[in-house]
Amino acid sequence: MRAFTTLTALVAPLDRANVDTDAIIPKQFLKSIRRAGFGPYLFDEWRYLDRGEPDMDCVQRPVNPDFVLNKPQYKGAEILLARENFGCGSSREHAPWALEDFGFRAIIAPSFADIFYNNCFKNGLLPIPLASAIVDDLFGELFDGYCLTIDLANQKIITAKGKELSFEVDENRKYRLLNGLDDIALSLQYADKIRYYETERAKRAPWLFAD
Amino acid sequence: MSGKTLYDKLWEDHVVYTEDDGSSLIYIDRHLLHEVTSPQAFEGLRLAGRKPWRQSRNLAVADHNVPTTEREKGIIDPVSRLQVETLDKNCAEYGITEFTMTDARQGIVHVIGPEQGATLPGMTVVCGDSHTSTHGASGALAFGIGTSEVEHVLATQCLVQKKAKNLLIQLNGQTRIGVTAKDIVLAIIGKIGTAGGNGYTIEFAGAAIRSLSMEGRMTVCNMAIEAGARAGLIAVDDVTIDYYRGRPYAPKGSDWFMAERLWQRLHSDDDAVFDKVVQIDAAAIKPQVTWGTSPELVVAVDETVPDPASEADAVKRQSMIRALEYMGLNAGQAITDIVVDKVFIGSCTNSRIEDLRAAAVVAKGKKLADNIKLALVVPGSGLVKKQAESEGLDKIFLDAGFEWREPGCSMCLAMNADRLDEGERCASTSNRNFEGRQGYGGRTHLVSPAMAAAAAIAGHFVDVSLIGEGC
Ligand code: SF4
Repeated sequence: MRAFTTLTALVAPLDRANVDTDAIIPKQFLKSIRRAGFGPYLFDEWRYLDRGEPDMDCVQRPVNPDFVLNKPQYKGAEILLARENFGCGSSREHAPWALEDFGFRAIIAPSFADIFYNNCFKNGLLPIPLASAIVDDLFGELFDGYCLTIDLANQKIITAKGKELSFEVDENRKYRLLNGLDDIALSLQYADKIRYYETERAKRAPWLFAD
Repeated sequence: MSGKTLYDKLWEDHVVYTEDDGSSLIYIDRHLLHEVTSPQAFEGLRLAGRKPWRQSRNLAVADHNVPTTEREKGIIDPVSRLQVETLDKNCAEYGITEFTMTDARQGIVHVIGPEQGATLPGMTVVCGDSHTSTHGASGALAFGIGTSEVEHVLATQCLVQKKAKNLLIQLNGQTRIGVTAKDIVLAIIGKIGTAGGNGYTIEFAGAAIRSLSMEGRMTVCNMAIEAGARAGLIAVDDVTIDYYRGRPYAPKGSDWFMAERLWQRLHSDDDAVFDKVVQIDAAAIKPQVTWGTSPELVVAVDETVPDPASEADAVKRQSMIRALEYMGLNAGQAITDIVVDKVFIGSCTNSRIEDLRAAAVVAKGKKLADNIKLALVVPGSGLVKKQAESEGLDKIFLDAGFEWREPGCSMCLAMNADRLDEGERCASTSNRNFEGRQGYGGRTHLVSPAMAAAAAIAGHFVDVSLIGEGC
């Protein structure tokens, strides 16, 4: 997993509430058995004028010029500024995969859906919940080429005007993201504790361990 | 000290280890797998040279992509076929039990888990699918996970979690005739909103919940996720225990008695304290119909499509306007004037035997309205299908003009050939009415099985509580 330390990057605004994971990556792309390559289909129904299918060559497709990510001034954006309840709906991890594959590293919104929020950290994406009023301000102060700096270690965002905003992130998740650590290896450090738990539980519920 | 909630008890029973920051390693008793969210997890396991921690705790089934007709011909779509074959291959390689497409027990993962007794009271149950909340109906802690977590559970039989808060939704009194579990849960979501349960585990309680069968309880917990909660729970009672007795994977002999004793304590203590409590008058709930592109955009069948102009919140007003436009509806239009093109009875919300019976009561001796292009009944599992056929329900549906299909997710998410065409309107018993969910440009109205069957017969929505008996 790619580590996340500090990032200074262009911001793209997506001014809609309740953006669900079906919108982030429509279901026809879930048929892939791979982890990579979802970026070209990110927000597929909004981004293109035709209907997307897996394995399409997106370079040939008619794009929707009104959709924000198709506007030239947001090309290369790595920070997505969004509205409340971002990532609601289906638990598909393809949503953070698609956002990451497209090039996003962080998402700022007033709130995120639980499962999506969790899935981001597992894929090197940093979701940052900020108060609604602050997100409103950020939407208000955007201009072409607007960049933000995100400093994960110090939990700070520095705006284009030099204002500092602090944000919340769970210590454990922060540590893993800063170091790009794999969850499974960390949990397997407790293998003995897992075995002990199983032995104790088997006394109370033997049918669970009958094999 | 105050008592414990059901969620507190289930949580404590499964903690392997807790970090200083409160994140815990939680033991997982049952892991369900399907073809869509598992391939990348197996790929990760293989790449890291890891093995499943405990094979027997995993159970796999192909459901999302399977065809609901002419199964003997296999899967025509190459991408769907590849996913299903990949699941078969991975399960064979890692020694994981799988109900393959031709197995009589195959069905939607959230239908077969309880049906087989593979998910039981007191368990932690996870699956790479958000509607895993369904299994909470048996007093299990059940929630959906992402593909990285699927890999984590395969490798460690554990998950790293933080405890959620406790939300109690209390349904007081009894529902009226014609009002089902689906109407209860839609009414709850209409009240608390799709983000109302964010950060909580919801316990559904009260007289109206106690009166539900296990099937009805599963319908309610199934949609806890649409209310923003990862898990929904219902306390164990005699209904629960009777349901599980004799199921293939349920404990047997002396283990059964031991289990029964253990399960009896799976309820919130009288003095348990919840972080939030919502009271709902069950008697006031009427049959529900969603009109928008989020499950919270729902009204009673005798109401009209709401007017965005009366919504004070600007963001909400905008999404209402967008929803009306997408759905091709006008504010003020009577719900019963909405004409539908297709009807779908199925999905992990409403494809169990009781759901099919409720729809059959309405369809019996009637014919589909002329404007209905297609009405599908898709049983939740091979065993539900068999049971329904033994009761003659298939005949009732076929005589009325419905199609009777093989089990699977089908038009709930349109990953197989069953889908809506652009602009088509559907009365659906599934759980999501998002844009494009049932096919690109398709318009979904979520309803109960009886309401869906009634719409198929009338050609538009009707209030089943007015047409009477036994819905
Ligand atoms: S029936 Fe629908 S909601 Fe349920 S598991 Fe299948 S696709 Fe998901």
